[in-house]
Amino acid sequence: MSNFINQLAYGLADGSILALAALGFVLIYKATGVINFAQGEFLLVGAYMFYTAFVVLQLPLVLAVVFGVVVATIIGVLVERLILRPMVGENPISIIMVTIGLSMFMKAVVQAFYGTTPKSQPAILPRSSVEFLGATIPLNRLLAIVIAAVVLTAFTIFFRRSRHGVAMRAVADDQQAAMTMGISVRRIFAMAWALAAVSALIAGVLLGDISAVDQNIAAFGLMVFPVVILGGLDSVPGTIVGGLTIGLLHQFTAAYWDAGLAGVVPYIALVLILLVRPYGIFGETRIERV
Amino acid sequence: MTSHTDTTTPGAAAAAPGAGSMLALNNVEVIYDDVILVLRGLSLSVPEGKIVALLGSNGAGKSTTLKAVSGLLPSEHGEVTDGSVTFQGRDITRVDAAERVKLGMSLCMEGRHVFEHLTIAENLTAGAYTQKGSDEDLDLVYSYFPKLADMRSRVAGYLSGGEQQMLAIGRALMARPKLLMLDEPSLGLAPLLVQEIFGYIKRLNEERGLTVLVIEQNARRALEVADHGYIMEQGRIVLEGPARDLAENPDVKEFYLGLGEEGSRKSYRDVKHYKRRKRWL
Repeated sequence: MSNFINQLAYGLADGSILALAALGFVLIYKATGVINFAQGEFLLVGAYMFYTAFVVLQLPLVLAVVFGVVVATIIGVLVERLILRPMVGENPISIIMVTIGLSMFMKAVVQAFYGTTPKSQPAILPRSSVEFLGATIPLNRLLAIVIAAVVLTAFTIFFRRSRHGVAMRAVADDQQAAMTMGISVRRIFAMAWALAAVSALIAGVLLGDISAVDQNIAAFGLMVFPVVILGGLDSVPGTIVGGLTIGLLHQFTAAYWDAGLAGVVPYIALVLILLVRPYGIFGETRIERV
Repeated sequence: MTSHTDTTTPGAAAAAPGAGSMLALNNVEVIYDDVILVLRGLSLSVPEGKIVALLGSNGAGKSTTLKAVSGLLPSEHGEVTDGSVTFQGRDITRVDAAERVKLGMSLCMEGRHVFEHLTIAENLTAGAYTQKGSDEDLDLVYSYFPKLADMRSRVAGYLSGGEQQMLAIGRALMARPKLLMLDEPSLGLAPLLVQEIFGYIKRLNEERGLTVLVIEQNARRALEVADHGYIMEQGRIVLEGPARDLAENPDVKEFYLGLGEEGSRKSYRDVKHYKRRKRWL
Protein backbone atom coordinates (compact mmCIF):
# COMPACT_ATOMS: atom_id res chain seq x y z
CA MET A 1 0.00 0.00 0.00
CA SER A 2 2.71 2.46 0.99
CA ASN A 3 4.56 1.65 -2.20
CA PHE A 4 1.43 2.29 -4.19
CA ILE A 5 0.96 5.73 -2.65
CA ASN A 6 4.58 6.50 -3.32
CA GLN A 7 4.25 5.52 -6.97
CA LEU A 8 1.05 7.53 -7.17
CA ALA A 9 2.83 10.66 -5.96
CA TYR A 10 5.70 10.13 -8.41
CA GLY A 11 3.30 9.52 -11.26
CA LEU A 12 1.19 12.56 -10.45
CA ALA A 13 4.29 14.75 -10.20
CA ASP A 14 5.54 13.59 -13.60
CA GLY A 15 2.03 13.88 -14.94
CA SER A 16 1.48 17.45 -13.82
CA ILE A 17 4.81 18.49 -15.31
CA LEU A 18 3.81 16.75 -18.52
CA ALA A 19 0.53 18.63 -18.44
CA LEU A 20 2.45 21.91 -18.26
CA ALA A 21 4.64 20.90 -21.18
CA ALA A 22 1.61 19.81 -23.16
CA LEU A 23 -0.15 23.08 -22.36
CA GLY A 24 2.49 24.91 -24.38
CA PHE A 25 2.01 22.52 -27.25
CA VAL A 26 -1.77 22.96 -27.18
CA LEU A 27 -1.45 26.76 -27.00
CA ILE A 28 0.58 26.85 -30.18
CA TYR A 29 -1.60 24.36 -31.98
CA LYS A 30 -4.83 26.06 -30.97
CA ALA A 31 -3.81 29.61 -31.79
CA THR A 32 -1.60 29.11 -34.82
CA GLY A 33 -2.39 25.62 -36.12
CA VAL A 34 1.27 24.61 -35.92
CA ILE A 35 2.22 21.17 -34.57
CA ASN A 36 5.36 21.94 -32.65
CA PHE A 37 7.74 19.00 -32.54
CA ALA A 38 10.26 21.12 -30.67
CA GLN A 39 8.19 21.33 -27.48
CA GLY A 40 10.55 18.93 -25.66
CA GLU A 41 13.50 21.10 -26.63
CA PHE A 42 11.73 24.14 -25.24
CA LEU A 43 11.72 22.30 -21.90
CA LEU A 44 15.40 21.54 -22.34
CA VAL A 45 16.34 25.11 -23.22
CA GLY A 46 14.18 26.39 -20.37
CA ALA A 47 15.89 24.15 -17.84
CA TYR A 48 19.35 25.19 -19.09
CA MET A 49 18.44 28.88 -19.13
CA PHE A 50 17.42 28.61 -15.50
CA TYR A 51 20.58 26.65 -14.73
CA THR A 52 22.64 29.40 -16.36
CA ALA A 53 20.98 32.09 -14.28
CA PHE A 54 20.87 30.19 -11.01
CA VAL A 55 24.18 28.32 -11.03
CA VAL A 56 26.46 29.99 -13.57
CA LEU A 57 25.43 33.59 -12.96
CA GLN A 58 24.67 32.90 -9.26
CA LEU A 59 21.46 34.93 -9.36
CA PRO A 60 19.05 34.61 -6.44
CA LEU A 61 16.18 32.18 -7.05
CA VAL A 62 13.52 34.79 -7.81
CA LEU A 63 15.77 36.69 -10.21
CA ALA A 64 16.78 33.43 -11.86
CA VAL A 65 13.12 32.60 -12.46
CA VAL A 66 12.49 36.08 -13.87
CA PHE A 67 15.58 35.75 -16.09
CA GLY A 68 14.34 32.39 -17.34
CA VAL A 69 10.86 33.75 -18.08
CA VAL A 70 12.24 36.76 -19.94
CA VAL A 71 14.64 34.67 -22.02
CA ALA A 72 11.94 32.08 -22.75
CA THR A 73 9.57 34.83 -23.88
CA ILE A 74 12.22 36.27 -26.19
CA ILE A 75 13.04 32.86 -27.64
CA GLY A 76 9.35 32.12 -28.19
CA VAL A 77 8.73 35.42 -29.96
CA LEU A 78 11.90 35.09 -32.07
CA VAL A 79 11.04 31.55 -33.14
CA GLU A 80 7.60 32.70 -34.23
CA ARG A 81 8.87 35.80 -35.98
CA LEU A 82 11.90 34.34 -37.75
CA ILE A 83 10.97 30.72 -38.36
CA LEU A 84 7.22 30.20 -38.32
CA ARG A 85 5.88 33.43 -39.77
CA PRO A 86 7.60 32.98 -43.13
CA MET A 87 5.94 29.54 -43.21
CA VAL A 88 2.39 30.88 -42.91
CA GLY A 89 0.23 29.32 -45.60
CA GLU A 90 2.74 26.56 -46.37
CA ASN A 91 1.94 22.88 -46.42
CA PRO A 92 1.46 21.52 -42.85
CA ILE A 93 4.06 18.80 -43.51
CA SER A 94 6.64 21.48 -44.37
CA ILE A 95 5.82 23.29 -41.15
CA ILE A 96 6.20 20.05 -39.17
CA MET A 97 9.58 19.46 -40.81
CA VAL A 98 10.61 22.98 -39.84
CA THR A 99 9.73 22.36 -36.18
CA ILE A 100 11.62 19.05 -36.26
CA GLY A 101 14.60 20.94 -37.64
CA LEU A 102 14.15 23.53 -34.91
CA SER A 103 14.15 20.78 -32.26
CA MET A 104 17.46 19.41 -33.57
CA PHE A 105 18.93 22.89 -33.72
CA MET A 106 17.90 23.74 -30.17
CA LYS A 107 19.26 20.46 -28.85
CA ALA A 108 22.54 20.97 -30.70
CA VAL A 109 22.94 24.50 -29.35
CA VAL A 110 22.39 23.28 -25.79
CA GLN A 111 24.93 20.48 -26.31
CA ALA A 112 27.43 22.89 -27.87
CA PHE A 113 27.30 25.27 -24.93
CA TYR A 114 26.79 22.92 -22.00
CA GLY A 115 28.04 19.53 -23.17
CA THR A 116 26.14 16.30 -22.68
CA THR A 117 26.98 15.54 -19.08
CA PRO A 118 24.25 16.19 -16.51
CA LYS A 119 24.60 19.45 -14.63
CA SER A 120 24.25 19.51 -10.91
CA GLN A 121 22.00 22.20 -9.62
CA PRO A 122 21.31 22.96 -5.97
CA ALA A 123 17.86 21.83 -4.93
CA ILE A 124 15.19 24.47 -5.23
CA LEU A 125 12.35 22.52 -3.71
CA PRO A 126 12.98 21.06 -0.24
CA ARG A 127 14.43 17.55 -0.29
CA SER A 128 12.70 16.42 2.90
CA SER A 129 9.80 14.03 2.84
CA VAL A 130 6.42 13.67 4.46
CA GLU A 131 4.72 10.62 5.92
CA PHE A 132 1.35 9.86 4.42
CA LEU A 133 -0.61 6.65 5.07
CA GLY A 134 2.60 4.91 5.94
CA ALA A 135 4.34 6.03 2.76
CA THR A 136 7.32 8.36 2.65
CA ILE A 137 6.68 10.91 -0.05
CA PRO A 138 9.38 13.36 -1.10
CA LEU A 139 8.17 16.89 -0.52
CA ASN A 140 9.62 18.16 -3.79
CA ARG A 141 7.29 15.91 -5.79
CA LEU A 142 4.29 17.21 -3.89
CA LEU A 143 5.40 20.80 -4.38
CA ALA A 144 5.95 20.16 -8.08
CA ILE A 145 2.34 19.02 -8.30
CA VAL A 146 1.19 22.14 -6.43
CA ILE A 147 3.24 24.50 -8.61
CA ALA A 148 2.06 22.84 -11.81
CA ALA A 149 -1.54 23.05 -10.57
CA VAL A 150 -1.16 26.73 -9.73
CA VAL A 151 0.35 27.54 -13.12
CA LEU A 152 -2.30 25.56 -14.97
CA THR A 153 -5.05 27.29 -13.00
CA ALA A 154 -3.51 30.67 -13.76
CA PHE A 155 -3.47 29.85 -17.46
CA THR A 156 -7.07 28.66 -17.36
CA ILE A 157 -8.18 31.88 -15.67
CA PHE A 158 -6.18 33.85 -18.19
CA PHE A 159 -8.05 32.20 -21.05
CA ARG A 160 -11.47 32.63 -19.45
CA ARG A 161 -11.24 36.08 -17.97
CA SER A 162 -8.55 38.25 -19.47
CA ARG A 163 -9.02 40.26 -22.60
CA HIS A 164 -5.89 38.83 -24.21
CA GLY A 165 -6.81 35.29 -23.27
CA VAL A 166 -10.26 35.59 -24.81
CA ALA A 167 -8.66 37.22 -27.86
CA MET A 168 -6.34 34.22 -28.22
CA ARG A 169 -9.28 31.85 -28.20
CA ALA A 170 -11.10 34.10 -30.64
CA VAL A 171 -8.15 33.90 -33.03
CA ALA A 172 -8.11 30.12 -32.64
CA ASP A 173 -11.80 30.07 -33.56
CA ASP A 174 -11.91 32.44 -36.51
CA GLN A 175 -8.87 34.45 -37.55
CA GLN A 176 -10.58 36.77 -39.97
CA ALA A 177 -13.42 37.60 -37.63
CA ALA A 178 -10.85 38.28 -34.92
CA MET A 179 -9.15 40.73 -37.26
CA THR A 180 -12.40 42.63 -37.67
CA MET A 181 -12.42 43.09 -33.88
CA GLY A 182 -9.10 44.86 -34.07
CA ILE A 183 -7.23 41.85 -32.71
CA SER A 184 -3.75 41.66 -34.19
CA VAL A 185 -3.33 38.05 -35.26
CA ARG A 186 0.45 38.43 -35.46
CA ARG A 187 0.63 39.64 -31.90
CA ILE A 188 -1.55 36.74 -30.75
CA PHE A 189 0.73 34.26 -32.56
CA ALA A 190 3.77 35.78 -30.89
CA MET A 191 1.95 35.65 -27.55
CA ALA A 192 1.09 31.97 -28.04
CA TRP A 193 4.73 31.08 -28.66
CA ALA A 194 5.91 33.18 -25.75
CA LEU A 195 3.41 31.60 -23.34
CA ALA A 196 4.28 28.14 -24.63
CA ALA A 197 7.96 28.84 -24.04
CA VAL A 198 7.23 30.07 -20.51
CA SER A 199 5.09 27.04 -19.61
CA ALA A 200 7.85 24.83 -21.05
CA LEU A 201 10.41 26.70 -18.95
CA ILE A 202 8.45 26.06 -15.76
CA ALA A 203 8.04 22.40 -16.69
CA GLY A 204 11.74 22.16 -17.53
CA VAL A 205 12.84 23.75 -14.26
CA LEU A 206 10.55 21.51 -12.18
CA LEU A 207 11.75 18.45 -14.04
CA GLY A 208 15.38 19.52 -13.68
CA ASP A 209 14.86 19.91 -9.98
CA ILE A 210 13.19 16.58 -9.27
CA SER A 211 15.48 14.63 -11.63
CA ALA A 212 18.51 16.25 -13.23
CA VAL A 213 19.42 18.97 -15.67
CA ASP A 214 20.43 16.88 -18.66
CA GLN A 215 19.46 15.84 -22.18
CA ASN A 216 16.77 13.47 -20.91
CA ILE A 217 14.52 16.46 -20.38
CA ALA A 218 13.96 16.64 -24.12
CA ALA A 219 13.05 12.95 -24.25
CA PHE A 220 10.60 13.47 -21.41
CA GLY A 221 9.18 16.39 -23.37
CA LEU A 222 8.50 14.10 -26.30
CA MET A 223 5.87 12.43 -24.13
CA VAL A 224 3.66 15.47 -24.76
CA PHE A 225 2.53 13.65 -27.90
CA PRO A 226 0.71 10.82 -26.14
CA VAL A 227 -0.60 13.43 -23.71
CA VAL A 228 -2.10 15.73 -26.31
CA ILE A 229 -3.39 12.87 -28.44
CA LEU A 230 -5.14 11.53 -25.36
CA GLY A 231 -6.45 14.89 -24.23
CA GLY A 232 -7.26 16.28 -27.65
CA LEU A 233 -4.88 18.55 -29.52
CA ASP A 234 -6.80 21.70 -28.77
CA SER A 235 -8.10 21.23 -25.25
CA VAL A 236 -6.57 22.79 -22.15
CA PRO A 237 -8.49 20.59 -19.66
CA GLY A 238 -7.50 17.68 -21.90
CA THR A 239 -3.81 18.36 -21.28
CA ILE A 240 -4.37 18.06 -17.53
CA VAL A 241 -6.25 14.77 -17.72
CA GLY A 242 -3.92 13.50 -20.45
CA GLY A 243 -0.81 14.55 -18.56
CA LEU A 244 -1.87 12.90 -15.32
CA THR A 245 -2.99 9.73 -17.10
CA ILE A 246 0.23 9.32 -19.05
CA GLY A 247 2.31 10.24 -15.98
CA LEU A 248 0.60 7.58 -13.87
CA LEU A 249 0.68 5.01 -16.66
CA HIS A 250 4.40 5.55 -17.10
CA GLN A 251 5.11 5.35 -13.38
CA PHE A 252 2.96 2.31 -12.62
CA THR A 253 4.34 0.38 -15.58
CA ALA A 254 7.85 1.07 -14.35
CA ALA A 255 7.01 0.08 -10.78
CA TYR A 256 4.84 -2.97 -11.25
CA TRP A 257 5.75 -4.36 -14.62
CA ASP A 258 8.98 -3.46 -16.30
CA ALA A 259 11.10 -0.30 -16.23
CA GLY A 260 12.08 -0.69 -19.88
CA LEU A 261 8.51 -1.10 -20.97
CA ALA A 262 7.54 2.11 -19.17
CA GLY A 263 9.21 4.19 -21.85
CA VAL A 264 7.12 2.55 -24.55
CA VAL A 265 3.74 2.31 -22.86
CA PRO A 266 2.74 5.96 -23.44
CA TYR A 267 3.25 5.48 -27.17
CA ILE A 268 1.29 2.23 -27.16
CA ALA A 269 -1.48 4.22 -25.48
CA LEU A 270 -1.12 6.84 -28.21
CA VAL A 271 -1.72 4.27 -30.94
CA LEU A 272 -4.70 2.77 -29.12
CA ILE A 273 -6.28 6.20 -28.59
CA LEU A 274 -5.83 7.09 -32.23
CA LEU A 275 -7.65 3.89 -33.14
CA VAL A 276 -10.58 4.49 -30.83
CA ARG A 277 -10.96 8.26 -30.49
CA PRO A 278 -8.87 10.15 -33.03
CA TYR A 279 -9.77 13.62 -31.74
CA GLY A 280 -8.88 12.75 -28.14
CA ILE A 281 -11.06 12.67 -25.06
CA PHE A 282 -11.60 16.41 -24.86
CA GLY A 283 -10.85 17.33 -28.44
CA GLU A 284 -13.08 20.06 -29.76
CA THR A 285 -15.82 18.55 -31.84
CA ARG A 286 -16.84 20.77 -34.69
CA ILE A 287 -20.03 22.58 -33.86
CA GLU A 288 -22.61 21.95 -36.52
CA ARG A 289 -26.09 23.26 -36.31
CA VAL A 290 -28.67 21.08 -37.98
CA MET B 1 -10.20 52.19 -66.19
CA THR B 2 -9.87 54.43 -63.20
CA SER B 3 -12.53 57.01 -63.93
CA HIS B 4 -16.19 56.94 -64.74
CA THR B 5 -16.87 57.15 -68.42
CA ASP B 6 -20.45 55.97 -68.29
CA THR B 7 -23.50 58.14 -68.27
CA THR B 8 -24.51 57.67 -64.65
CA THR B 9 -24.03 60.44 -62.16
CA PRO B 10 -20.51 60.50 -60.78
CA GLY B 11 -20.30 60.30 -57.01
CA ALA B 12 -19.96 63.49 -55.04
CA ALA B 13 -17.01 61.87 -53.34
CA ALA B 14 -15.17 61.58 -56.61
CA ALA B 15 -15.19 65.34 -56.96
CA ALA B 16 -14.02 66.10 -53.44
CA PRO B 17 -12.76 63.01 -51.63
CA GLY B 18 -13.75 62.81 -48.02
CA ALA B 19 -15.36 66.22 -47.89
CA GLY B 20 -18.23 66.11 -45.42
CA SER B 21 -18.41 62.34 -45.46
CA MET B 22 -17.32 59.84 -42.89
CA LEU B 23 -15.98 57.34 -45.38
CA ALA B 24 -14.92 57.94 -48.94
CA LEU B 25 -13.53 55.58 -51.53
CA ASN B 26 -11.88 57.30 -54.39
CA ASN B 27 -11.22 55.39 -57.61
CA VAL B 28 -10.26 52.28 -55.68
CA GLU B 29 -8.80 49.44 -57.66
CA VAL B 30 -8.37 46.01 -56.01
CA ILE B 31 -6.41 43.12 -57.42
CA TYR B 32 -6.31 39.63 -55.92
CA ASP B 33 -3.27 37.38 -56.35
CA ASP B 34 -1.66 40.05 -58.55
CA VAL B 35 -3.89 39.10 -61.47
CA ILE B 36 -7.59 39.16 -60.67
CA LEU B 37 -9.00 42.64 -61.04
CA VAL B 38 -12.05 42.88 -58.80
CA LEU B 39 -12.68 46.58 -58.18
CA ARG B 40 -12.16 48.84 -61.15
CA GLY B 41 -12.02 52.42 -60.05
CA LEU B 42 -14.77 52.39 -57.46
CA SER B 43 -15.84 55.60 -55.78
CA LEU B 44 -18.43 56.00 -53.11
CA SER B 45 -18.99 58.07 -50.04
CA VAL B 46 -20.82 57.48 -46.80
CA PRO B 47 -22.06 60.68 -45.11
CA GLU B 48 -21.96 60.87 -41.35
CA GLY B 49 -25.10 59.67 -39.59
CA LYS B 50 -26.60 58.09 -42.70
CA ILE B 51 -27.35 54.56 -43.77
CA VAL B 52 -25.87 53.74 -47.15
CA ALA B 53 -26.78 50.56 -49.01
CA LEU B 54 -24.43 48.94 -51.49
CA LEU B 55 -26.38 46.67 -53.80
CA GLY B 56 -25.46 44.42 -56.65
CA SER B 57 -25.57 40.88 -57.89
CA ASN B 58 -23.22 38.08 -56.90
CA GLY B 59 -19.60 38.68 -57.74
CA ALA B 60 -20.06 42.40 -58.32
CA GLY B 61 -17.36 43.12 -55.74
CA LYS B 62 -19.50 44.24 -52.81
CA SER B 63 -17.72 42.16 -50.17
CA THR B 64 -14.36 43.09 -51.66
CA THR B 65 -15.32 46.74 -51.23
CA LEU B 66 -15.97 46.22 -47.52
CA LYS B 67 -12.76 44.25 -47.14
CA ALA B 68 -10.84 47.07 -48.80
CA VAL B 69 -12.42 49.49 -46.35
CA SER B 70 -11.72 47.35 -43.28
CA GLY B 71 -8.22 46.31 -44.33
CA LEU B 72 -8.85 42.58 -44.63
CA LEU B 73 -7.52 42.24 -48.17
CA PRO B 74 -3.92 41.29 -47.27
CA SER B 75 -5.17 38.16 -45.48
CA GLU B 76 -6.73 37.05 -48.78
CA HIS B 77 -3.80 38.00 -51.02
CA GLY B 78 -5.68 41.05 -52.22
CA GLU B 79 -4.34 44.56 -52.53
CA VAL B 80 -5.58 48.08 -53.16
CA THR B 81 -3.46 48.92 -56.19
CA ASP B 82 -4.88 52.33 -57.01
CA GLY B 83 -7.05 55.00 -55.50
CA SER B 84 -7.56 55.80 -51.84
CA VAL B 85 -9.80 55.12 -48.87
CA THR B 86 -10.35 57.99 -46.46
CA PHE B 87 -12.04 57.78 -43.10
CA GLN B 88 -12.98 61.06 -41.41
CA GLY B 89 -10.64 62.87 -43.73
CA ARG B 90 -7.68 60.62 -43.01
CA ASP B 91 -6.14 58.44 -45.71
CA ILE B 92 -6.30 54.87 -44.40
CA THR B 93 -5.52 53.01 -47.62
CA ARG B 94 -2.40 51.42 -46.12
CA VAL B 95 -3.46 51.32 -42.48
CA ASP B 96 -3.46 47.94 -40.74
CA ALA B 97 -6.85 46.27 -40.06
CA ALA B 98 -6.51 46.40 -36.26
CA GLU B 99 -5.69 50.10 -36.40
CA ARG B 100 -8.81 50.81 -38.45
CA VAL B 101 -10.99 49.26 -35.75
CA LYS B 102 -9.40 51.63 -33.25
CA LEU B 103 -10.19 54.55 -35.55
CA GLY B 104 -13.86 53.61 -35.28
CA MET B 105 -14.95 51.24 -38.00
CA SER B 106 -16.40 47.79 -37.41
CA LEU B 107 -17.27 45.13 -39.93
CA CYS B 108 -19.84 42.37 -39.50
CA MET B 109 -18.67 39.76 -41.94
CA GLU B 110 -20.88 37.85 -44.29
CA GLY B 111 -22.08 34.62 -42.69
CA ARG B 112 -21.93 36.13 -39.19
CA HIS B 113 -18.60 34.56 -38.16
CA VAL B 114 -19.32 34.44 -34.45
CA PHE B 115 -16.64 32.72 -32.36
CA GLU B 116 -18.41 29.39 -32.19
CA HIS B 117 -16.63 27.88 -29.22
CA LEU B 118 -16.85 31.02 -27.10
CA THR B 119 -19.87 32.02 -25.05
CA ILE B 120 -21.95 35.06 -25.91
CA ALA B 121 -20.28 37.03 -23.13
CA GLU B 122 -16.82 36.01 -24.36
CA ASN B 123 -17.72 36.94 -27.93
CA LEU B 124 -18.62 40.39 -26.67
CA THR B 125 -15.40 40.62 -24.66
CA ALA B 126 -13.46 39.79 -27.82
CA GLY B 127 -15.42 42.51 -29.62
CA ALA B 128 -14.31 45.03 -27.02
CA TYR B 129 -10.64 44.12 -27.53
CA THR B 130 -9.67 47.63 -28.62
CA GLN B 131 -11.64 49.24 -25.80
CA LYS B 132 -10.06 47.46 -22.84
CA GLY B 133 -13.55 46.28 -21.92
CA SER B 134 -16.19 48.44 -20.35
CA ASP B 135 -19.45 47.43 -18.71
CA GLU B 136 -21.32 50.36 -20.23
CA ASP B 137 -20.85 48.98 -23.70
CA LEU B 138 -21.94 45.58 -22.51
CA ASP B 139 -25.09 47.04 -20.95
CA LEU B 140 -25.79 48.93 -24.14
CA VAL B 141 -25.54 45.81 -26.28
CA TYR B 142 -27.69 43.83 -23.86
CA SER B 143 -30.28 46.64 -23.84
CA TYR B 144 -30.54 46.47 -27.62
CA PHE B 145 -30.51 42.69 -27.69
CA PRO B 146 -32.12 41.52 -24.44
CA LYS B 147 -32.24 38.01 -25.86
CA LEU B 148 -28.44 37.89 -25.73
CA ALA B 149 -28.42 38.94 -22.09
CA ASP B 150 -30.59 35.98 -21.15
CA MET B 151 -28.22 33.57 -22.86
CA ARG B 152 -24.90 35.19 -22.06
CA SER B 153 -23.16 32.01 -20.94
CA ARG B 154 -24.37 29.93 -23.88
CA VAL B 155 -21.85 28.80 -26.49
CA ALA B 156 -22.32 30.90 -29.61
CA GLY B 157 -22.01 28.01 -32.06
CA TYR B 158 -25.33 26.59 -30.94
CA LEU B 159 -27.36 29.79 -31.34
CA SER B 160 -29.88 30.14 -34.13
CA GLY B 161 -28.99 32.13 -37.23
CA GLY B 162 -30.91 35.20 -36.10
CA GLU B 163 -29.35 35.11 -32.64
CA GLN B 164 -25.91 34.75 -34.19
CA GLN B 165 -26.55 37.78 -36.38
CA MET B 166 -27.61 39.79 -33.33
CA LEU B 167 -24.47 38.65 -31.57
CA ALA B 168 -22.34 39.60 -34.57
CA ILE B 169 -23.84 43.10 -34.57
CA GLY B 170 -23.57 43.38 -30.79
CA ARG B 171 -19.95 42.25 -30.92
CA ALA B 172 -19.19 44.87 -33.56
CA LEU B 173 -20.83 47.54 -31.36
CA MET B 174 -18.50 46.63 -28.49
CA ALA B 175 -15.65 48.28 -30.41
CA ARG B 176 -17.59 51.59 -30.23
CA PRO B 177 -17.68 52.11 -33.96
CA LYS B 178 -18.56 55.37 -35.64
CA LEU B 179 -19.10 53.46 -38.85
CA LEU B 180 -20.71 50.03 -38.83
CA MET B 181 -20.33 47.93 -41.96
CA LEU B 182 -22.61 44.97 -42.48
CA ASP B 183 -22.04 42.35 -45.13
CA GLU B 184 -25.36 40.73 -45.95
CA PRO B 185 -26.97 40.72 -42.51
CA SER B 186 -30.04 38.99 -43.97
CA LEU B 187 -28.10 35.98 -45.26
CA GLY B 188 -29.98 32.78 -44.54
CA LEU B 189 -32.53 34.39 -42.24
CA ALA B 190 -36.30 34.06 -42.35
CA PRO B 191 -38.13 37.18 -43.65
CA LEU B 192 -39.44 38.09 -40.22
CA LEU B 193 -35.94 37.94 -38.75
CA VAL B 194 -34.59 40.01 -41.62
CA GLN B 195 -37.13 42.64 -40.74
CA GLU B 196 -36.08 42.46 -37.08
CA ILE B 197 -32.38 42.82 -37.92
CA PHE B 198 -33.00 45.80 -40.18
CA GLY B 199 -35.15 47.28 -37.43
CA TYR B 200 -32.13 47.13 -35.11
CA ILE B 201 -29.93 48.75 -37.74
CA LYS B 202 -32.42 51.58 -38.18
CA ARG B 203 -32.73 52.06 -34.43
CA LEU B 204 -28.96 52.16 -33.94
CA ASN B 205 -28.75 54.74 -36.68
CA GLU B 206 -31.53 56.92 -35.29
CA GLU B 207 -30.85 56.60 -31.58
CA ARG B 208 -27.06 56.43 -31.53
CA GLY B 209 -26.27 58.37 -34.68
CA LEU B 210 -24.36 55.38 -35.99
CA THR B 211 -23.27 55.63 -39.60
CA VAL B 212 -23.99 52.42 -41.49
CA LEU B 213 -22.76 50.94 -44.73
CA VAL B 214 -24.71 47.83 -45.58
CA ILE B 215 -24.34 45.31 -48.38
CA GLU B 216 -27.45 43.47 -49.37
CA GLN B 217 -28.86 41.03 -51.85
CA ASN B 218 -32.26 41.86 -50.44
CA ALA B 219 -32.39 45.18 -52.29
CA ARG B 220 -35.97 45.95 -51.37
CA ARG B 221 -35.36 45.69 -47.65
CA ALA B 222 -32.08 47.60 -47.82
CA LEU B 223 -33.56 50.48 -49.81
CA GLU B 224 -36.36 50.75 -47.25
CA VAL B 225 -34.00 51.60 -44.39
CA ALA B 226 -31.20 53.30 -46.31
CA ASP B 227 -30.84 57.00 -47.00
CA HIS B 228 -28.65 56.53 -50.00
CA GLY B 229 -27.91 53.66 -52.32
CA TYR B 230 -25.17 52.54 -54.68
CA ILE B 231 -25.50 49.83 -57.26
CA MET B 232 -22.46 47.85 -58.32
CA GLU B 233 -21.78 45.78 -61.36
CA GLN B 234 -18.49 44.16 -62.26
CA GLY B 235 -16.36 46.08 -59.83
CA ARG B 236 -17.68 49.58 -60.32
CA ILE B 237 -20.57 51.77 -59.30
CA VAL B 238 -23.12 51.95 -62.09
CA LEU B 239 -25.91 53.84 -60.39
CA GLU B 240 -26.36 55.85 -57.26
CA GLY B 241 -28.87 58.11 -55.65
CA PRO B 242 -31.17 58.65 -52.70
CA ALA B 243 -32.65 55.31 -51.69
CA ARG B 244 -36.17 56.44 -52.50
CA ASP B 245 -35.22 57.42 -56.05
CA LEU B 246 -33.40 54.18 -56.59
CA ALA B 247 -36.40 52.19 -55.45
CA GLU B 248 -38.47 54.02 -58.08
CA ASN B 249 -35.89 53.68 -60.86
CA PRO B 250 -37.33 51.38 -63.57
CA ASP B 251 -34.00 49.61 -64.15
CA VAL B 252 -33.51 48.96 -60.46
CA LYS B 253 -37.08 47.74 -60.21
CA GLU B 254 -36.60 45.34 -63.02
CA PHE B 255 -33.11 44.04 -62.28
CA TYR B 256 -32.94 44.11 -58.49
CA LEU B 257 -36.45 44.28 -57.11
CA GLY B 258 -37.91 41.73 -59.51
CA LEU B 259 -40.70 44.06 -60.61
CA GLY B 260 -41.81 44.63 -64.17
CA GLU B 261 -42.12 48.08 -65.70
CA GLU B 262 -45.68 48.45 -64.61
CA GLY B 263 -44.78 47.44 -61.07
CA SER B 264 -46.18 43.93 -61.17
CA ARG B 265 -44.08 41.00 -60.06
CA LYS B 266 -42.35 39.23 -62.91
CA SER B 267 -43.54 35.80 -63.63
CA TYR B 268 -40.97 33.04 -63.89
CA ARG B 269 -42.59 32.12 -67.20
CA ASP B 270 -41.10 35.22 -68.77
CA VAL B 271 -37.60 34.61 -67.58
CA LYS B 272 -36.71 32.42 -70.53
CA HIS B 273 -37.51 35.15 -72.98
CA TYR B 274 -35.71 37.72 -70.99
CA LYS B 275 -33.75 39.71 -73.51
CA ARG B 276 -33.46 43.25 -72.22
CA ARG B 277 -29.87 44.03 -71.29
CA LYS B 278 -28.78 46.18 -68.45
CA ARG B 279 -28.12 49.36 -70.35
CA TRP B 280 -25.12 50.44 -68.36
CA LEU B 281 -23.02 47.44 -69.27
